[in-house]
Amino acid sequence: MNVKAKQKLVLIGNGMAGVRTLEELLKLAPDLYDITVFGAEPHPNYNRILLSPVLAGEQTIEQIVLNDWDWYHDNGITLHTSKKIVKIDRRQRRVIAEDGTEATYDRLLLATGSNPFMLPIPGKDLDGVLAYRDIADTHAMIGAAQKYKHAVVIGGGLLGLEAANGLKLRGMDVTVVHVLDTLMERQLDASAAGLLKLSLEQRGLTFAMNRKTQELLGDEHGRVRAVRFADGEEIPAELVVMAIGIRPNTALAESAGLQCNRGILVSDTMQTYDPRIYAVGECAAHRGIAYGLVAPLFEQAKVCANHLAEFGIGIYSGSVTSTKLKVTGIDLFSAGDFNGGADTEEITLADPIGGVYKKLVIRDDKLVGACLYGDTTDGAWYFKLLREGRKIDDIRDTLMFGEANLGDTGHSGESRAATMADDAEVCGCNGVCKGNIVKAIKTQGLFTVDAVRKHTKASSSCGSCTGLVEQILASALGGDYSAAPKKKPICACTVYSHEEVRMAIRENKLTSLMAAMAFMEWSTPNGCATCRPALNYYLISTWPHEARDDPQARFINERAHANIQKDGTYSVIPRMWGGITNASELRRIADVVDKYQIPTVKVTGGQRIDLLGVKKEDLQNIWRDLDMPSGHAYAKALRTVKTCVGSEWCRFGTQDSTRMGIELEKALWRMYAPHKVKLAVSGCPRNCAESGIKDVGVIGVDSGWEIYVAGNGGIKTDVAQFFCKLKTHEEVLEYAGAFLQLYREEGHYLERTVHYVSRVGLDYCKKRVLDDDEGRRALWARLQDALRDEADPWHEPQKAAVDLRQFAPIKAVLVEESA
Amino acid sequence: MTRSDWLYICRLDDIPASGARVVRIDGRPDIALFRTLDDRVFALHDRCPHKGGPLSQGIVHGARVTCPLHAWVINLDSGRAVEPDVGATACFRVRCENGEVFLNRADARGSTAVAERETCAVA
Repeated sequence: MNVKAKQKLVLIGNGMAGVRTLEELLKLAPDLYDITVFGAEPHPNYNRILLSPVLAGEQTIEQIVLNDWDWYHDNGITLHTSKKIVKIDRRQRRVIAEDGTEATYDRLLLATGSNPFMLPIPGKDLDGVLAYRDIADTHAMIGAAQKYKHAVVIGGGLLGLEAANGLKLRGMDVTVVHVLDTLMERQLDASAAGLLKLSLEQRGLTFAMNRKTQELLGDEHGRVRAVRFADGEEIPAELVVMAIGIRPNTALAESAGLQCNRGILVSDTMQTYDPRIYAVGECAAHRGIAYGLVAPLFEQAKVCANHLAEFGIGIYSGSVTSTKLKVTGIDLFSAGDFNGGADTEEITLADPIGGVYKKLVIRDDKLVGACLYGDTTDGAWYFKLLREGRKIDDIRDTLMFGEANLGDTGHSGESRAATMADDAEVCGCNGVCKGNIVKAIKTQGLFTVDAVRKHTKASSSCGSCTGLVEQILASALGGDYSAAPKKKPICACTVYSHEEVRMAIRENKLTSLMAAMAFMEWSTPNGCATCRPALNYYLISTWPHEARDDPQARFINERAHANIQKDGTYSVIPRMWGGITNASELRRIADVVDKYQIPTVKVTGGQRIDLLGVKKEDLQNIWRDLDMPSGHAYAKALRTVKTCVGSEWCRFGTQDSTRMGIELEKALWRMYAPHKVKLAVSGCPRNCAESGIKDVGVIGVDSGWEIYVAGNGGIKTDVAQFFCKLKTHEEVLEYAGAFLQLYREEGHYLERTVHYVSRVGLDYCKKRVLDDDEGRRALWARLQDALRDEADPWHEPQKAAVDLRQFAPIKAVLVEESA
Repeated sequence: MTRSDWLYICRLDDIPASGARVVRIDGRPDIALFRTLDDRVFALHDRCPHKGGPLSQGIVHGARVTCPLHAWVINLDSGRAVEPDVGATACFRVRCENGEVFLNRADARGSTAVAERETCAVA
């Protein structure tokens, strides 16, 4: 065998950003590199952000380890702890540690993090003067708290306040010294900062605001004993923690001649000026910003790993960040441009007595900043709106009151997480409680909804609890929560989102799965069970009659044209137009039930008859004997058009809803869509066909038809929204068809109409279908063209590309050798 | 390879690429016979270790199959579930020669211990 020697990758800095990059890299290309890691600390990678809960006594060091020693061993990584790299020899591509250890590299990854900034004042080198950066600092602070009484924390920012809170909980008298007159000025506006200060004072912290520290005074043993301010006042301090900021640690990079300017300069691919050297994390300056929060670091890690894996398609274009203070009992959240300016509008809510303050900053109808104090349950939601840059003019009047007050959408549970009990069920499909999720997040070091899904199964089935799981992640991790990026790849096989994939297929006229995957440089040979069906749908919906429909890229139901059941049998639902049947059909159904000994016959919610417990081998014969069209009850396609009896029989009926329903069903059947599509037609406003919870609901009124769209009676009930009022049957067909074609062309795979419409906005759909007559006719024409010649898979299997071999097992006989 | 150790099943082309067929031998439990995109062939007991779903009906991607019932992902070469799920289904040695697919008779009879099979991939 021709074994290529592995390349060597060296990581300097055994912290969160660097190791996360390795994790991402191992996912993409596990065998590409021999990996060596150098860390200056004696520990494996731990979650630096959780040092505050450790200091406060709420967690232990063991609990915050992210990658234990075994992880390095299991992944074949050579780990050198307590070895500080002092030199990079770029010419010979090697790194040299303080103790002389050397390693050569083909690629080098710098993740040297940052150094705490120490005030250059007399006494800064005394015993008992610390920064707050690593496990050693944390241990020193815990030790000091046992021996001494007075602590001074210099710096009223996020880190300083967390340190002060921890030391207070450990029994010290703590004074926070801040050079400005408001706390956390980089994260809070003055009003919120005032409330925060008040609340911390109630917990026993003392503040010295607007004070400049001039000197630290020592005792005869060289330990700090007091802090002296510029105005001459002195306060006692046996422990001084400087938490006034961090500086990217670029000394090593600079000594190696790499360009640095407040961070190691990196491109959008996380590459430094030396193409063999990458940098991620707090040490890196990307477009002039060195990030100090974890979410951006993880985004950088992903991009960097992509390039190290030689995929070469990731781009990091900067991050919007949010902050949350990890002081138990104080809820504080800020994100974006929370101070606002001349071109912004603000919505504020202030209840100083109740301790609640909220400010939302809006520019051009978009949320650009948020600052919340006291009630942060909607923080994740505001952050989402902010990152998505979604127009908020339609919800502006209720925006301040949070997502729960948006009406129906409140069911998604966005604000419930924090108050839920540990034994409360989050995922009803898989029986997962909040406690399971929180435990998995803490013990497995999970940061993303995807990871929670894999480890706990929560939100892995119907997905309706995804919002709640996100919220639990956010509340369990605080500011560390790396909310899903604005652009979500379809799955782990690609970096491209649904929109990007659709656009690539359309603009480059890709007509086969393999061509699409090759063009977009899929990272797996032929995708996975998530992306293959999605791509197949995008291909056939974009290029009807031209793209090749690949049955092996479809879920079994759409491959076997029946609905798989828990025991591996199938169910068969023949089509009954508009729910109308007759004696002959019923007789054939009864005969089929007898002949094939079908155990269960059930009437469905969509007015059809379901034959359950059918063996796969019998499917073809049953279809033939039924002699009725496929009901597509198994497919992401038009399912049923439910109707009431209407004016033909009903004494209240104003319109012939049955005929309208049959016309719609005959026009739209065999229509594949991003997800299942259900219609209903009622003959009067009593709405017996339940048109109000359908993808397209039609309600007859005396003067014509009212059309409602984007309703859903499933996982989460959503009432359909009024779309338009029409006169004739032809108009109903054209408008309903155009709306559905729009959804077929733009919906993400597995996105129901309700989610599609809430993503693009109802106004947008109206603009495309109602306001643009020509556009509407074109949409309707494209749909009719796509459905032209579409075969019934039950009766024209060859034409519908059904692989008939699947219906017969291969039989074999074992003849014993002795026989 | 002696002819008597291996049982002829079908031609390679009888199995769809990135797909599977069900093999039924003497009324024994079904075996799922998989063919990958690159024409490797694997055989597993047609039961997902999770809740018994028929793996033959799943989507085959790379050398893995996703169970049609609850989307567990099973490695075709070992029968083991992909982490973090835990579990395994029996695998059968299979070989493909000149476009013909054979199943190991001892495995098919169930007279080899599962542990002995190690992997069902035979060059």
